[in-house]
Amino acid sequence: MDKSNIWVYSDKIKKHFTQPKNLLDDEKKYKEDGKGIVGNIKCGDQMLMVIKVDKDKHTITDCKWKTYGCASAIASTSILSEMVKGMKINEAYKLSPKDIASKLGGLPEHKIHCSVLGDKALRAAIDDYYKRNGMEERIKKEKAKIVCQCMNVTDLEIEHAVLEGTRTYLELQEKTKIGTVCGQCKPETLKLLDKYIKQHFDK
Amino acid sequence: MSKRKIYLDHNATTPLHPEVKKALKDAMELFGNASSLHDYGRATKAAIEKARKDIAGFINAKPDEVIFTGSGSESNNTVLNIVQCCSSVCNVAHGHRHEIITSKIEHPCILESSKCLLERGTPVTYIKVDKYGKVDIDELKKKISKKTLLVSIMMANNEIGTIEDVKRIAKITHDNGALFHTDAVQAVGKVPVDVRALNVDFLSFSAHKIYGPKGIGGLYVRSSVPFCPLIRGGHQEQGRRAGTENTLGIIGLAKALQMRKKEMSQEAKRFLGYKKRLKKAIEDKIPKVSFNGHPTDSLTSTLNVSFEGSEGEAILLYLDMEGIAVSTGSACASGSLDPSHVLLAVGLGPEKAHGAIRFSMGRDTTKEDIDYVIEKLPKVIKKVRDISSAYPAKK
Repeated sequence: MDKSNIWVYSDKIKKHFTQPKNLLDDEKKYKEDGKGIVGNIKCGDQMLMVIKVDKDKHTITDCKWKTYGCASAIASTSILSEMVKGMKINEAYKLSPKDIASKLGGLPEHKIHCSVLGDKALRAAIDDYYKRNGMEERIKKEKAKIVCQCMNVTDLEIEHAVLEGTRTYLELQEKTKIGTVCGQCKPETLKLLDKYIKQHFDK
Repeated sequence: MSKRKIYLDHNATTPLHPEVKKALKDAMELFGNASSLHDYGRATKAAIEKARKDIAGFINAKPDEVIFTGSGSESNNTVLNIVQCCSSVCNVAHGHRHEIITSKIEHPCILESSKCLLERGTPVTYIKVDKYGKVDIDELKKKISKKTLLVSIMMANNEIGTIEDVKRIAKITHDNGALFHTDAVQAVGKVPVDVRALNVDFLSFSAHKIYGPKGIGGLYVRSSVPFCPLIRGGHQEQGRRAGTENTLGIIGLAKALQMRKKEMSQEAKRFLGYKKRLKKAIEDKIPKVSFNGHPTDSLTSTLNVSFEGSEGEAILLYLDMEGIAVSTGSACASGSLDPSHVLLAVGLGPEKAHGAIRFSMGRDTTKEDIDYVIEKLPKVIKKVRDISSAYPAKK
């Protein structure tokens, strides 16, 4: 990929970046049914997503957002907000980063993590809606726990990597890109790496 | 109306000076290999040696102290490489000296090559800088020892423009018996550089930052100091850099420096006026901003600003749509997600580092250009902040 040319971004990304849809103008005035914030500024991306829900039809009727981040982060939140309007809540819950990226016509590889935040923000908003309406049981407790917030790498992925032969932190980074952004997760990653190696391979 | 285009990224690279273009066109017929003894070769050789003499004169070196390389990065790599020289023919008298001292805000070509040396066993110390990007002299004095072989500190920083006290650092280095190198890629042709007055042993420079062609760099090597070539296998550059000479590049570099000599001092004053104007306007029109770099010891052409709650790449791209070309403090746009190591080293939090924009002016920059930026920038920042979930910052 030609990294020097920033508009490797598709026209669609460019469009959503220049004219973002469904921007949240006034956070205080917006009466949302669910609200989610994910990401952190340290890694350069943060998203806020709010939704309105038709409680009888279990459908998202409106979605607004704000994003601190680069062009692809802004564009992917914008397009996601378009995608989910009119969508059944349980379907929206299942949206993956891949769904968002493909709707945008693909993303440069190093920008994928920006769109990863979009579906997480949406799920956080839906979880909030569930909580507010006494439907906590619907909140999918993800079995996997995210270790690396920047690259969205979970403990399950670390375990899989170990099972597939990864033994060192460097190998794990090559495989999963874990800890390649802010590096905050390194101590926890090292512990987990050690734990899984012992768990599966120590006699 | 055609869209206005304003290039304010001269620290990245510059367009060719019209006089350099002319010189290059004239030199295009000069195809002979400077190593050949026939007329073609001799003609090329003469042109190269004339250029070398002019270039040496510009930095007050002797002609045979100037080596041509492929880039500023190659010049820097060459100097660091000397530390691990293992050749008996090079005359690098190591003795017990084998350590490197450099700073945390060097160009990646210094940081990456020193990291490589570190992994191959050379102890490397990275000196910290203060909030303006000035190298901590006290720390340098503490860390330098009889084991230090080389100290490498840049002359002017590419991102924030801070100019280091190279002369003073060179003296401290020499008082401790070590060699001193400065990466002066952003300094040569912008501020006066005199290798004798600065008393440096090595000094790297480059053509494309000063309206010369790309692919040509220079390295000053004081005649008395040990040297070890990075690229071996030819007698060019007195055996110090193999490879058939880049004749056009060398001629272009000489012409670029000749033009710098005429233009740079007036230009620096003009830029200072623009910089003050732009800075004042940003302070007046845009809330929550801060400026990076030294307030006075700095390239007058460089202004680095952090816009709170606004991500740099988004600002860059919206400015690009207005025809204004700048660069970010975050390398996000160029493929890495990390904020700039320079901005982190001067103590900026990740948010301010991610929200930094560098304006770097050049010889074509006009007051009208600056006023156009002043007109467009507040709107762009407002747009980015309207979208941002991190503005205004929550306490």
